[in-house]
Amino acid sequence: MMGSMRVALMVTCVNDALFPGVGRAVVTVLERLGVEVEFPEAQTCCGQPMVNTGYLDEAVPAVRSFVAAFAGYDAVVAPSGSCAGSARHQHGMVAERARDARLHEAVTELGPKVHELSEFLVDVLGVTDVGASFPHRVTYHPTCHSLRLLGVGDRPRRLLEAVRGLELVDLPAAEECCGFGGTFAVKNPDLSVAMGADKARHVRETDAEVLVAGDSSCLMHVGGVLSRERSGVRVMHLAEVLASTSSTPVLPTGSTDEVDHP
Amino acid sequence: MTATFVGMPAFPVAARDALADTQLRHNLAQATHTIRDKRARVIDELPEWEELRQAGADLKDAALLRLDEHLVRLEESLTAAGAVVHWARDAAEACRIVADVATARGADEVVKVKSMVTQEIGLNEALAAEGISAWETDLAELIVQLGDDLPSHILVPAIHRNRAEIREIFRSRMGASGRSAPDDLTDDPGELANAARLHLREKFLRAKVGVSGANFAVAETGTLVVVESEGNGRMCLTLPEVLISVVGIEKVVPTFADLDVFLRLLPRSSTGERMNPYTSMWTGVTPGDGPQEVHVVLLDNGRTRALADRVGRQALRCIRCSACLNVCPVYERVGGHAYGSVYPGPIGAILNPLLRGVGHDSQVDSLPYASTLCGACYEVCPVKIDIPSVLVDLRTQVVDSRRGRLPGVEALTMRSAGWTFSDAGRLARAERVSGLAGRVWSRVGRTSLPGGRWALGMLPGPGAAWTSARDLPAPPRESFRAWWRRTRS
Repeated sequence: MMGSMRVALMVTCVNDALFPGVGRAVVTVLERLGVEVEFPEAQTCCGQPMVNTGYLDEAVPAVRSFVAAFAGYDAVVAPSGSCAGSARHQHGMVAERARDARLHEAVTELGPKVHELSEFLVDVLGVTDVGASFPHRVTYHPTCHSLRLLGVGDRPRRLLEAVRGLELVDLPAAEECCGFGGTFAVKNPDLSVAMGADKARHVRETDAEVLVAGDSSCLMHVGGVLSRERSGVRVMHLAEVLASTSSTPVLPTGSTDEVDHP
Repeated sequence: MTATFVGMPAFPVAARDALADTQLRHNLAQATHTIRDKRARVIDELPEWEELRQAGADLKDAALLRLDEHLVRLEESLTAAGAVVHWARDAAEACRIVADVATARGADEVVKVKSMVTQEIGLNEALAAEGISAWETDLAELIVQLGDDLPSHILVPAIHRNRAEIREIFRSRMGASGRSAPDDLTDDPGELANAARLHLREKFLRAKVGVSGANFAVAETGTLVVVESEGNGRMCLTLPEVLISVVGIEKVVPTFADLDVFLRLLPRSSTGERMNPYTSMWTGVTPGDGPQEVHVVLLDNGRTRALADRVGRQALRCIRCSACLNVCPVYERVGGHAYGSVYPGPIGAILNPLLRGVGHDSQVDSLPYASTLCGACYEVCPVKIDIPSVLVDLRTQVVDSRRGRLPGVEALTMRSAGWTFSDAGRLARAERVSGLAGRVWSRVGRTSLPGGRWALGMLPGPGAAWTSARDLPAPPRESFRAWWRRTRS
């Protein structure tokens, strides 16, 4: 399907360290679609946590590791609108700061090759039906960076609508920020929680079993509020839903991360 | 007015207090959503909206690029039309000029058109110190002034008040500065407006000096423009014998034709109206018609500092519509006072640091962090100010201003993150440690997330900022990269 295209998975540091199931789900989906995906082990982080907190110098090593890992690939797929946005829109700024013309050249070349998962599936592979099955009531939160920085539009929705058995319910005030905001979540914790509480309220209004989004960090925040409220609503990454099939179902009741269960 | 923004705490502290104000939360959610929806409806009507935004941004950029030439041109045009032009480097100079003009006419009071710039320079307080009462005549500004309160929004400064609160303010305070509110005043909006109208009418007819700002200043003609909704501006601009207008130097547009774009962008973005009710334009003195003595104070007060900022200078395009406030999820929950400035919300979070500089006031330095960078503000800005990018750049300036000092927890965390992310081997080792912690937690933990995964319920120290109200997933035993290595390589 992909010919000789070399595709790399940019798993993102949050998924790597905290949500490895999301990375595995991306691999499952891409391989099901005939893509031979590689995981360049030199990758670390896109640098966004440092950039968005104002620490540009501290972001330089991360951007260098990004270039070292992904240079030479035809496409880089990230299960995160925020990290893809960082690679596309912020790496140039970091390279300028480092006064490194070669780094700047490298990130300028790499930037357009970085795709958020739904962009890669819909635009590059040209599919909306990835053969998934997930017979559950689901609501979808469009994360701010996927929506406004990347402009993924209705791609995630089209992917979800094609999932067998999935009942997609509209989320009220869907386009309003969940309140995560990177280090905002701990620099302005009260505000972050106030916004998260409103998002969680809207999620509960839908009676959905599962809240789906394309960014694990936002899900960790809203999911953390939903969990503390003992709401009984689970959060799942878009990739995890798309990885579920009728023969190998991913259950909202089961953890996708291999930790001991209670 | 004795209330002041001076000495306000840094944003996170002020925000925490504001969040606890249930009435404020309710009033703001209601009001911002109403204006937000109204704006969206009238903008959907215009298929050329994006072109119009771009035109607005381009016109402002072109005007700012040759600001020096346009300002000289404006001074020439104004002088030729009979106005007296004054230049003010800062707030103190501007206030001094206004006070001197008023004092020279023996005035002990002035009537004011709603104006952001005169609030920025603290004009009312400066005039009060000279024994001159400055009467706000915009309905919402009147509410704020009578309530000894502070404005919390650029367009609707009393947005934090509901009509029951306004009734109480009118009943208890109106009499002290003129005609009292009727005894049987209810909280009916029509009745409240009528009480304000009767109270203000006396002041309009009495005052010899009017004070205004300007939305636009046209260099080629010397024409000043005020856009408003209530007609109080028209009264202040036409009835007094003397008119003093304080104008930020970024308000200049080269030609009269430029107004075409801005007069379409502004009302739709600010009040959600196709056209505002009153657009007043005046060019110096017109003999026998309106004020016969016209002064224009051209104010810098940090604008040239902002203009020198490579990324931030785009903030000077701002036409004070307040669309960014109305869509901001942060503003919606804390209101304007938490920003500690007459310019609150997303535009305030960039404008205050740009005008005042970073690195010497922790309150100002906290403002660029008062955002999740969600980008809703950029999306609605009629002159396409990329507020999120300016916020990130200002954060960099804040951090850079502290380099060389003893690093705090945040700086140390960022440094160690930079070190860890410089090499995948270091990251893998860090993940092995966190995986071990996760394994320990799965033995001792007592909380699980919906779906069954173990969670960290309460963390000590800085971690409490997260876990005080949110659960946190326990680290998995195996990172993704460890899984990949184990199964794939």
